[in-house]
Order: sequence, then C-alpha cells, then structure tokens
Amino acid sequence: MQQAVALSGSPATRRSSPGDAIFAGIARASGILVLLLLGSLILSLFIGGLPAFRQFGASFLWSTTWDPVKEVFGAGVSVYGTVMTSILAMVLAVPLAFGIAFYLTELAPNWLRRPVGTAVELLAAVPSIIYGMWGFFVIVPIMSQYVEPVLIDTFDGIPVLEDMFAGPPFGTGIFTAALVLTVMVVPFIAATMRDVFETVPPVFKESAYGVGCTTWEVMRSIVIPYTRVSVVGGIMLGFGRALGETMAVTFVIGNSDHINASLFSSGNTIASIVALEFPESGTGSLKLASLLALGFILFVISFIVLAISRTLLRPKLKV
Amino acid sequence: MSMTSESTRQNASFGNIQARATSTMNPAKIAIRNLDFFYGDHRALKAIGLDLPERQVTGMIGPSGCGKSTLLRVLNRMYDLYPGQRATGQVMMEDTNIIDAGVDVNALRARIGMVFQKPTPFPMTIAENIAFGVKLHEKLSKSAMEERIEWSLTRAALWGEVKDRLHSSAMGLSGGQQQRLCIARTIAVRPDVILLDEPTSALDPISTLKIEELIDELKHDFTIAIVTHNMQQAARCADQVAFFYLGEMVECTPAAQIFTSPKQKRTQEYVTGRFG
Repeated sequence: MQQAVALSGSPATRRSSPGDAIFAGIARASGILVLLLLGSLILSLFIGGLPAFRQFGASFLWSTTWDPVKEVFGAGVSVYGTVMTSILAMVLAVPLAFGIAFYLTELAPNWLRRPVGTAVELLAAVPSIIYGMWGFFVIVPIMSQYVEPVLIDTFDGIPVLEDMFAGPPFGTGIFTAALVLTVMVVPFIAATMRDVFETVPPVFKESAYGVGCTTWEVMRSIVIPYTRVSVVGGIMLGFGRALGETMAVTFVIGNSDHINASLFSSGNTIASIVALEFPESGTGSLKLASLLALGFILFVISFIVLAISRTLLRPKLKV
Repeated sequence: MSMTSESTRQNASFGNIQARATSTMNPAKIAIRNLDFFYGDHRALKAIGLDLPERQVTGMIGPSGCGKSTLLRVLNRMYDLYPGQRATGQVMMEDTNIIDAGVDVNALRARIGMVFQKPTPFPMTIAENIAFGVKLHEKLSKSAMEERIEWSLTRAALWGEVKDRLHSSAMGLSGGQQQRLCIARTIAVRPDVILLDEPTSALDPISTLKIEELIDELKHDFTIAIVTHNMQQAARCADQVAFFYLGEMVECTPAAQIFTSPKQKRTQEYVTGRFG
C-alpha cells in the first residue's frame, strides 16, 4: 500500500496527504465493522439460545416436539419446513428464472426487453407482506379448489408420489408456501442472471456462433460456463431469501408443529415460528431461549449453504 | 491475368514492401455481386462486387469504418444476430446465395469459419476448445476426435507447444498461442472458407509472423479472406487485395499491383499513407 502510494505520484511534489490517511482509515474501519457485526450477531444468538441447548442437548436439532405447555422444545419441524419450502422453491424458481433471463438476453425483440426487464425488477421490489396477503387470498383458494385435488387424484396409486401429494386439500401448507416463495425469488434470480449474461463479451458469443452454434448451444457452452460463478451467486441470493422469508410464509404455511410426508400438509419454518411466538415468550423463559436457538440454527444453515456454494464454485480449471 | 512481368518491374521501385507476384487468380469460391448492407438506415456497403478466388488469400484494406469488417460479417451471416442489420444482393457460394433467408445459418458458419481481432478462447481446456466446434457437426469416436485435435493444432502450428497440456485451460496460453488456438478451432470444423478479421492486431511481432506463415500454409486447403490495417501484411499474405473506402470497393487487383500501380487515385493515396 505505502509503496504504491509513493510510486504513483511524482515523488518531488506529491506526498500522501492527511486526506488519504483519513480515507484509508475509514475504509479499513468499515471493513472491520462488517466482521464485528457478523461476529456479534452469531455470538448473541448463541448465548441467547444456550439455555435451550443445555436443556435439550444436541437432540434439540432434530426433536420434533414443540410443546410450550410442558416446556419441551425441538427444532425438527421448523428446520424441516424451512429447508423443504426453500429447496422446493428453488427447484421451481431456477428453471423459470433461467427462462426469463435467457429470453430477455437472447430471444426477446428489442422493444420488449426493457418493459419485461423493468417488470422483473419491480416484482423484486414488492414487499413480502404483499406476497403474503396475495398468497393467502388468491393462491390458497386456487390451490384448495383446483390444483391440490387434481394433483392428489393424479398421483393416487403411484408409490412415493402418492404420499407426497396426499391429505385434505386445505390450500395452505408446505407446497403453497414454496409456490409463494418461488414467485418471490424468481425476480431476484432472473434479474441477476440477466445482468451477468449481459456481461459476456459479444465477441465470445460471436466466435461460438462462428463455428456454427445454435443460440442454445452458445448459451450452454459459452454463456453459462463463463458466468457460472455469478449465476450460482444469484441462485444463492434467492435461496438465502427463501430460507429467511418470514411474513409471506407465515400467511400460507398453516403453522402447525408436525411433520407430514405430504407436501400439502401444514407446517412451519424457523422464521415463521419465531415471528408468531416471539411476542408470547417471557424474558428469560426457556421458550425465548429456544427461539433464539432456532435463530442461531437458521444462521448456521444459511452459512452452510453459502459454504457449499463456494466449494461447488471452485473453478474447475486452473487459469 | 498475367501480371508477373509488370509487378516484378514495379517491385523494384517499391522499396521494402515485398509484394507477392501471383500470376493468376483461381476460379471464385465466393462471388459477391451488387451487395448492399444496412445498419438500420445507414448504408454501410454500396454495391460491392468481388470474387474470393478458391484456395487463395484475399486481403481487404481501407481506413476504419470503410466496411471491410462489415463485409466479413456478411459472409458468415454474423449480422443475423443483431436486429436492424440486413443485406441485399448476391453472395454466391457454389449455387447458393448465402444471404437468402432460407439458408441454414449454423451449417453455413461451419463452412465459413471466422477468427476475430482479439483471441477468444472458450473457458475450457485446449482440447475441449477444438472439440467444441467439431462436436456440433460430426459424431466422432474418441480416437478420431483425438486425431482431429492433433491435426488441427498441427495445422495451426501449435501442436508442439501444447501437446503436453491439452487438458489444461486455454486461458493460460499466451495471446499469440490463443489466436493460433482460435485458428485451430476454426479449421477443426474443416470449413471451406476462413475469414480473418485483423487477426494479428492484438499480437506481438513474433506471433504476427507466425500467423502470417500459417496463412501461407493454410491457403493450400482453404479459401481465405483477411481484413488488415497493416499494408505490409496485406502485401505479404494476400494474392489479391481489395481496397475499401466509405462503404465502396474502390478496386481489387493482384496484391503486387495495388501497391505499385493502383488504378485509382484514392487507392494510391491510401497505400502511400496520404490518409487513413
């Protein structure tokens, strides 16, 4: 650093001014602040949740009991709900977002790109409470009256699928929550994908077209490998949002404390149970500690997701 | 077209540019007639008529914006990718007008390969870069593919340098090697025509020399069109040279002649450095 500063100005007339030092100090402090914030978040969640971990031990992680009356708590149901809704949402959202981004960058006529692109960005800006209300008043009735009965009938008699799509069609539940999450994360992922697809230099695409590639082959062999890191980054952004999404999910997931094989059964997520039960937990109670412990677990899950994505993203080729 | 005696005489008076003295032009591989090209409303090429003789090198020179790169992009329909760009007229290769709407563009681009100004290795290994284009058009066994990779890298004068690291990233090659890799990738598809768009403008002199030697070698098998800003390069590489100015083709003559006795005043002014 010091050397670079000294070399870049002409030595006789330029000295590093106090302004430089102040700016460097502020920049350094901002960087350190991020670490401090992260550290103190983890630490305070962990300390807050410690009584719960002490009381229930490691089994807190998978125990499916959540009984505020007997003061027995376990994270199993909400961890399952969180992971299940998010993964389901990603399975639905990634192809859809890819389609949108592909259409916007390669196929759409020029006059349509801007309006559709803006619509995607606007969707990303809609507050989650609005998705929650919309999910509850529009999606849930549609699901219970039309979609779920049809799916239940269709998969009846097929092993595994029969159990996944079973039960009374309430409309609320894991599947509906995943659907609403899909709608919420698609704009994020699509907007990121579109932006990174556009960063591919035209000459790369042209040279692939130049050996006779079709649009899809250029996409698959050039654009995606070239932007792989950023694309997965965009997907992880969406996944992170899905994991932590609170209000929209609380509206439509049904909020029960049981795990059922059926995707149509109600459940809860870490975020939804914390949002619902936090106000009813007394200071210093075991329930509050359990909720804080849940928060810690959510934090760790997000962290693991990020770590896995980083590992997957290690460049295959040495450059 | 017998130019030998004339060009030899004029070479003497032309100093250090050693123009090639090719006596005859082969029959046309591609015949361009009355070609117009439009970027939206702007007419970038005006009634171009030009033959690319088979298995010979056509150099295209002219100041920036004169339309020479545009002409290359017409020949392999690269302009198709961009809305608002269109061409009218005739570009005949054998019995097909390649700018017709019905032409299979992907098959066409396999027959007319292109190498760009900057090296564009794909983000994969050296071997995969070569195999990439081949796989699009042919189903080869593993050994046949390996042969093809070796053949094309050898033809591109790169085999000796990369044979021990075929499976490492192409991004690790030097600029000159990357450009030869792009040429290898282009010839691996076994096209009839190779278009080179200022292939050496981003390279050092040694790499430039290698590419020029390569062009000399490749014209035994391929019909080549090269756009260049470097007059000496045109003189060294090309059998015939076409001079473009403001979207028109001013003249096209055997390489020796355009530098020594151009017919047009504008050509003379350009090749002698009066403008450009």
